Amino acid sequence: MSATLQDILAQALNELANAQDLNSLDQVRVHYLGKKGLFTAQMKELGRLDPVQRREAGQVINDAKNKFQDSLESRKFELQNAALEQRLASESIDVTLPGRGHHVGGLHPVTVTLRRISRIFSSVGFKVVEGPEIEDDYHNFGALNIPDHHPARAMHDTFYFDAHTVLRTHTSPVQIRAMEAEKPPLKVIAPGRVYRCDSDITHTPMFHQVEGFLVDTQVSFADLKGVVYEFLRAFFEKDIQVRFRPSYFPFTEPSAEVDIECVMCDGKGCRVCGHTGWLEVMGCGMIHPEVFKSVGIDAEVFSGFAFGMGVERLTMLRYGINDLRLFFENDLKFLQQFK
Amino acid sequence: MKLSEAWLRERVNPAISTDELVAQLTMAGLEVDSVEPAAAVFSGVVVGEVVAMEQHPDADRLRVCTVKTGEQEPLQIVCGAANVRVGLKIPAALVGAVLPGDFKIKKSKLRGVESFGMLCSEKELGLAEEASGLMELAAGAPVGVDIRDYLTLNDNLIEVDLTPNRADCLSVEGIAREVSVLNQMDLSALPVVKAPITHSDELPVSVDVEEACPRYLGRLIKAVDAKADTPLWMQERLRRSGLRSLGPLVDVTNYVLLEMGQPLHAFDLAKLSGGIQVRWAHKDETLELLNNQSVQLDTDALVIADEQCALALAGIMGGSSSAVNDETQDVFLECAFFTPDKMMGKARKYGLHTDSSHRFERGVDPFLQERAIERATQLILEIAGGSAGPITERVSTAHLPERQPVKLRRQKLDSILAVALDDAEIIKIFTGLGMMVESVSDGWQVTPPGFRFDITIEADLIEELARVYGYNRLPQTSLLMRSELSKAPETVVELDTVKDALVARDYQEVITYSFVDEQLQQAITPGETVVRLQNPLSSELAVMRSSLWCGLIQAALYNINRQQGRIRIFESGLRFLQKQDELIQQKMLAGLVLGEAYSEQWSEKRRKVDFFDVKADVEALFALTGNEVSFVKSNHPALHPGQTAEIQSADGEHIGWLGMLHPKLEEEWGIGAQVFLFELDQTLLLKKKIPAFSPLSKFPSVRRDLALLVNESCAVADIVTHIKDCSEAAIQDIFVFDIYQGQGIEPGYKSVALGLILQDFSQTLTEPEIDAIVSRVLKKLTTEISARLRD
Repeated sequence: MSATLQDILAQALNELANAQDLNSLDQVRVHYLGKKGLFTAQMKELGRLDPVQRREAGQVINDAKNKFQDSLESRKFELQNAALEQRLASESIDVTLPGRGHHVGGLHPVTVTLRRISRIFSSVGFKVVEGPEIEDDYHNFGALNIPDHHPARAMHDTFYFDAHTVLRTHTSPVQIRAMEAEKPPLKVIAPGRVYRCDSDITHTPMFHQVEGFLVDTQVSFADLKGVVYEFLRAFFEKDIQVRFRPSYFPFTEPSAEVDIECVMCDGKGCRVCGHTGWLEVMGCGMIHPEVFKSVGIDAEVFSGFAFGMGVERLTMLRYGINDLRLFFENDLKFLQQFK
Repeated sequence: MKLSEAWLRERVNPAISTDELVAQLTMAGLEVDSVEPAAAVFSGVVVGEVVAMEQHPDADRLRVCTVKTGEQEPLQIVCGAANVRVGLKIPAALVGAVLPGDFKIKKSKLRGVESFGMLCSEKELGLAEEASGLMELAAGAPVGVDIRDYLTLNDNLIEVDLTPNRADCLSVEGIAREVSVLNQMDLSALPVVKAPITHSDELPVSVDVEEACPRYLGRLIKAVDAKADTPLWMQERLRRSGLRSLGPLVDVTNYVLLEMGQPLHAFDLAKLSGGIQVRWAHKDETLELLNNQSVQLDTDALVIADEQCALALAGIMGGSSSAVNDETQDVFLECAFFTPDKMMGKARKYGLHTDSSHRFERGVDPFLQERAIERATQLILEIAGGSAGPITERVSTAHLPERQPVKLRRQKLDSILAVALDDAEIIKIFTGLGMMVESVSDGWQVTPPGFRFDITIEADLIEELARVYGYNRLPQTSLLMRSELSKAPETVVELDTVKDALVARDYQEVITYSFVDEQLQQAITPGETVVRLQNPLSSELAVMRSSLWCGLIQAALYNINRQQGRIRIFESGLRFLQKQDELIQQKMLAGLVLGEAYSEQWSEKRRKVDFFDVKADVEALFALTGNEVSFVKSNHPALHPGQTAEIQSADGEHIGWLGMLHPKLEEEWGIGAQVFLFELDQTLLLKKKIPAFSPLSKFPSVRRDLALLVNESCAVADIVTHIKDCSEAAIQDIFVFDIYQGQGIEPGYKSVALGLILQDFSQTLTEPEIDAIVSRVLKKLTTEISARLRD
């Protein structure tokens, strides 16, 4: 290798080592390997040599070039790495800081419960139906076998608009409307707001119920028991004890109240269940023949069951809420707990 | 109905504990609300008799008594009660006794005199809240007997919450009958002896309204001692059912009411003029009742009257003018059957509710009256003496309730209960319940007894069988139902989806009352007719909401008062509008936003929420349905006139409102922040078109930006509409990316920067083609709104 070439190579390697970023590295590359680069100039010199010398000298130049190239690559790699390291270091953040922008809101706990009830019943084909909240007394009472002045009417503290128009006291009128609108077989649930003229620690003048009913041929009390039992177990996600107690509703016969084993104390007895170990959660029964008569369904062909439950009560039991009034105060600190 | 367990067990006494008995009643449909001991815990108290008494040597108020307590030697007991006297029988607490409150009785010295026990008042035994002296026991009380046994204090008060159909259980006898059926035991009979008739006087009785009073029995009992003491056992039973002792005559009627369920009434004969009439009240007739309430009667009020005036509200309450008191000598005793249909709602109408009206409304056994009046006579004669006359009876058989046989088909029974009960068991249950059963080819003919008003159809019989057999013993099946494929309609979006979208955008759902404050409502929707409740709970809950904003504003205020400065809430539900004769119940979705746009955080600049933040939320909801809606500048009485948009569908239907609460209202209600509100008609919001595919262009798209100078009052939506009206097929999208007013723009004008995306379906657009499109657009905008390109 001629002294010149050796100097060039030494100089080139030195420049590579001194290049501090990819830009200056590229300038070094161009300076030596570019069209007017120093190695390129050396190669151009070869033309003047005889073929034998040309090959030898060419080999020498190529070796030097390769050496340069290798160094270039490894320096490039070094610089790339360093650049990446630098970027990584500069982009490093405190990942524990909270995310930016909007947070997520939430649904009212009553809605959460209503959705769960609807989902459980929808899964076996119950259709969700709604009805008016301002009702006529026929749908709220008369068609449900609750005649005028019947003591059962006194059980409902009713809000009136006039003698024949009320705020519905239960979701049962939707049962009548649904049966007026469609012929059996029917499988319906009717969630919604209901109203009673009553307000104290355990009563709010508005609350929610879900009414459900099924009408078909050959529906028995055993079917009712089965549906209620399976629903309650699905709702509480627990193998709770369920019992049926004879009761009275003008629109069902036989009628039953349904108690579950207290979910607060597992039936051992506590303040919530009045130390009985049982909690009343819903009313139900076989649809009364008078009700079928008022909607024109032949009680000799069809039978059916109906049930009704208080949504706030189920919600309170599910989440351990101890005051009914919280539901309608709408304190954000209360509502935000049900995400 | 509250009753003493001991009284019940006197009629039927199954070998089961109180807990079991209570569970049995509850599970038979007679729900027990509470069980309480009849007396507090105490021991060591016996019946004592004061046999001698001396003044205490050193204390004026104290007496030194010699008391027989059944032990060999009488005891010396010092007593300070005013009513202590020789011969008095009293409860005596012996040394070692423990009184309520864990008060132990020891031998003691009172002012130097030894005392070996204590004579007790009712208060000291926990039997009464107050007492004025020693408890005085009957003269015949057996000395030495434990007072708990003597007064049957080892008893429980059982409170049964009866459903309105079970009037037959509004008596000890009725509940005992149930217990006997449930335990398959006989009910011990109540021997009622017919009173000897010792005078022949009768008071004439005329019943004008046989349909309301098909049976009326009356009897004169003369020369009673109305001052006689009601025996302690009767007082105790009354007390345990929650009734006070009011003298022997009233006590007996109350006792028979509790015992048999038959209300009776005693009139003071001296205060009556002439015979008894049962009639409807005359118009504007007045009556002063026993509770001193004076009522003005309507002509549908049934009254018991004499020849001059109304004496009592029949079956509800007696009048004060004819009431018995301790001066009464001769009594007219009434025992009637009033028809439930005619009694329903009557007491309530006068703001009354009595033990008597409660029973008559639900139904008293129409065949019970003779037995009940004999029982009451017997007790009056025993306690207050006197002489009984013959019973005067007026009956209209045609108006008495008839008990029709009800058919029960075996096949129906089996199919409803899904179990085949044994024939013998069925007959046994019915018979035990007092029903007459006749077997017929396909089932039974069952005739209910007089005291059952609730057995009229087959289903009633099925319930009786199920109830006594036990609901929990009946089978339970897993749901086997016809199934059909559920529908998945795509032309409506579920409300749940929309709610979820709001929740994802940091809204909290609330539920507020559907009735609101009228003033608040008037401020929000002054033009709407008010839908008013007749009997609201309060003026704040008096009218049905015409807008969901009423409740949202109240919820916001509630939270503002609890230091919440940032509120984002929504509600769904009905609003109520009266349009002429039609009442509209419309499903709405509404929201309220106030405070910071974002909750305070480390990397966003704090800024207040504004119209466009909330508009984005509303637009996001419409994006779920893909429906194009327009926001039209408009006016709403509750909203800021410069920040109100009416939301309209593509067909021009009114979907709802979006805007800022009017600053005047904001100030009036003391909100202290700008409030943004929206309210949308759910039905229109949720309507969805089924998407239709349109093919994609293979050619590249280009963007052209236009900076337009327009009058500052020009709505951007109008600019976009005009561009769309050009019907340039190549324009795929139009968007605003800047609005500028200020330096460089002449006053009264604004610069609107628009981006146009152009794309053709058949070719790559050339520059001349693009220029041609843009210039056609500009020309249109110049013509329509005098827009010009900004230099």
